[in-house]
Amino acid sequence: MKIKNLFGLLLSLVLGVFIILAMNNSEIFPAFGEANIAGRVSQDYFADANVAEVGSANIVTAIVIGYRGFDTLGEVTVLFISALGVAIIFGGKKQSRLDLQFKPNFMLRVGSRVLFGIILVTSFYIIFHGHLTPGGGFPGGAIIASAVLLLYLADDRFRSNVKGFKILEGVAGSLFVIIGLLGLVLATYFLQNFLPVGTVGDLLSAGIIPVIYVLIGLKVGSEISGIVDNFLTEEGSA
Amino acid sequence: MTLFDIISLVVGVLLLVIAFLAINAKKLINSVLFLSALSMLAVVSFVLLKAPDVAITEAVIGSGLVTALFIFTLLSVRKEETK
Repeated sequence: MKIKNLFGLLLSLVLGVFIILAMNNSEIFPAFGEANIAGRVSQDYFADANVAEVGSANIVTAIVIGYRGFDTLGEVTVLFISALGVAIIFGGKKQSRLDLQFKPNFMLRVGSRVLFGIILVTSFYIIFHGHLTPGGGFPGGAIIASAVLLLYLADDRFRSNVKGFKILEGVAGSLFVIIGLLGLVLATYFLQNFLPVGTVGDLLSAGIIPVIYVLIGLKVGSEISGIVDNFLTEEGSA
Repeated sequence: MTLFDIISLVVGVLLLVIAFLAINAKKLINSVLFLSALSMLAVVSFVLLKAPDVAITEAVIGSGLVTALFIFTLLSVRKEETK
């Protein structure tokens, strides 16, 4: 026990020295803005990529959906598999809600419904503006799931429509692949942008990037909501 | 030292302290709460590092959903133990 504590303290101190070293402008840790990022990341993004070509004002989204769209498909698949694993572990024939320790009163129930709407609007804002501002499909979907979690916590009788989530998730995932295949048919390669790019900074710009981000948002939101539902239900006595 | 440096230093030191507390907490529930606080501070440091995309994701997933799922897991385990 003593040795473990000593080891943890030593490790923390070493990490602390690293952080303090990182504050100074040294060879290993250059100051903010002075690092040569083009030397670390693939040169193509900074040398060849211009915003007008991709059409996305947020360059992170341009990389995540535009240049690395296939990797994002893999990420979404990984999340799907983990949600499936949770469903297999927790799923049973008869399921009932986890009982809350307290009885929610009227005010809490109605107030949580109002907050649910506001959180949902925020999440859709983040998803739709994924190609303009920071955020996008993954955080937006997680915000949808947190809104569902709020309803679960504030209402002891609430049970979300799990079957609807499963259908939504399947449809969104399939549409992602179908849009990718359309790029293969109408243009030259999988997930290529076949829609007009438009003006940079407009809501309807950047071709297929907003479409794919909306699909990712719906898919991630329904998947994580399904996980939340699985955690909050239990087998056995109804 | 500029204000930016001071804020970065405070956040960095607090991150270390809270990580140490999260590892060494006697109760599991305290550990989960320290983990949540760690995520919240990580959000601040991500914003300081000019990575707002990562910061938003960390704020939602790290300090929101993961904490909730950990707590529900702890509740379920406790229920099984008392049975």
